[in-house]
Amino acid sequence: MSKTYYLTTPLSDSDVEQLKSGDIVYLSGTIYTARDAAHKKLVDLINDGKELPFEIEGSVIYFVGPTPPKPGDPIGSAGPTTSYRMDSYSPILIRQKGLKGMIGKGKRNQEVIDACKECKAIYFGATGGAGALLARQIKSAEVIAYPELGPEAIRKLEVVDFPLTVINDSYGQDLYKIGREQYEVK
Amino acid sequence: MREIKYEDIVKAIRDCIIYSGTNLPKDALQKMQEAFENEKSPVAKEVLRQLLENAKIASDEQKPLCQDTGLAVFFVRVGEDVKVVGGTLKDAINEGTQKGYKEGYLRASTCKWDSRENLKDSVGYNLPAIIHFDLVEGDELEIEYAAKGGGSENVSRATVLPPAAGRQGIIDYVKEVISNAGPNPCPPLTVGVGIGGTFEKAVISSKHALFRKLGSVNEDPVLREMEDELVIELNKLGIGAMGMGGTQTVFGVHIEANPCHIASLPVSVNVQCHSSRHTTIKL
Repeated sequence: MSKTYYLTTPLSDSDVEQLKSGDIVYLSGTIYTARDAAHKKLVDLINDGKELPFEIEGSVIYFVGPTPPKPGDPIGSAGPTTSYRMDSYSPILIRQKGLKGMIGKGKRNQEVIDACKECKAIYFGATGGAGALLARQIKSAEVIAYPELGPEAIRKLEVVDFPLTVINDSYGQDLYKIGREQYEVK
Repeated sequence: MREIKYEDIVKAIRDCIIYSGTNLPKDALQKMQEAFENEKSPVAKEVLRQLLENAKIASDEQKPLCQDTGLAVFFVRVGEDVKVVGGTLKDAINEGTQKGYKEGYLRASTCKWDSRENLKDSVGYNLPAIIHFDLVEGDELEIEYAAKGGGSENVSRATVLPPAAGRQGIIDYVKEVISNAGPNPCPPLTVGVGIGGTFEKAVISSKHALFRKLGSVNEDPVLREMEDELVIELNKLGIGAMGMGGTQTVFGVHIEANPCHIASLPVSVNVQCHSSRHTTIKL
């Protein structure tokens, strides 16, 4: 049975351990945006032993490239992008830097699922194509790295009750498999 | 010869891009409402509820429905008795596209294929537009427009089947593509299927099929039957809204078919996410 949780970043091991695939989470606090181009830069910095633009330990990364804000708005539309493009980078951030959460949409590969299990991290799904609705829960946005990437720059977001569903929990479960099996007609 | 002014085309394209970015068309909204009412899974039902609310917020606040405001795709039917004055039709469509994306605060999503550098500043917003021209009888200019997102393009596939594969081979191929795509293309989906022609003809037909009004009936009874069968089969996959498991995986299947080479049976599957932003302009 699906449970509902209200959590605030940074996330701890105990925050993560209570969550199961299919649970609903309303997340508040600071989260960071990054898509593939920014992930590549972060992993290059790790490989070169250099400092990263934000503290990754306990943090949550949102895979999003928002539309430009209208004057007076903190951000434009901001729904999740497809996550598999980050699959080659996410395990490095989880294993080496203590990343605790990722927000996106779509399937992750086994390496990401394994890293979530071994290091207690969560892959959350946000509703793809609900960019206007999700933007309402983002109270501020600031570009903190790679402005040259435009929509793909790293932004620091303050979110309140950001609506999420647990896709991959820290026990190796996958909602995309569990949910589909329940409704598949063979 | 009927003359159409260059700047009138630019304005029409600009306005339609801005409007489409923030207003889900009635046919897509209707399908989303039906899916919400019919969905059996509570998780998927909540996703559909969020999507209906999102459509309302987007329209009320004039905020893009989705942050992926797509690449601009056009199918243009130019009457043989139409003359564009003040510039070329192609330039007018591109200029209208650039204006629409910039002035509507829509996302610049075009980049160089190799360096992935965003083309926002050097060449302009989302240029060049993807334009398919067709020459027809008459003195009208009809422009079909869709904002095509990346997530659903990424799972689209094409193949050339052996003719012996036939109707069942096509059905199996479409099922395979949608099953493999799972949650990634943002279901519930519209599935465009192009059959026959040459390789590229099948692909373009599958794209054009997505521009058809959702809920409309195929005029060809053979294709209509295939579409109905595919809707049932694809919903049986259990993927559901955003892939979280459910009974409502597709809004519809649209097929366009063409005669083909005696040696070939090309098939293309072009996938459209639930945010089916499309419209038609007549000038």
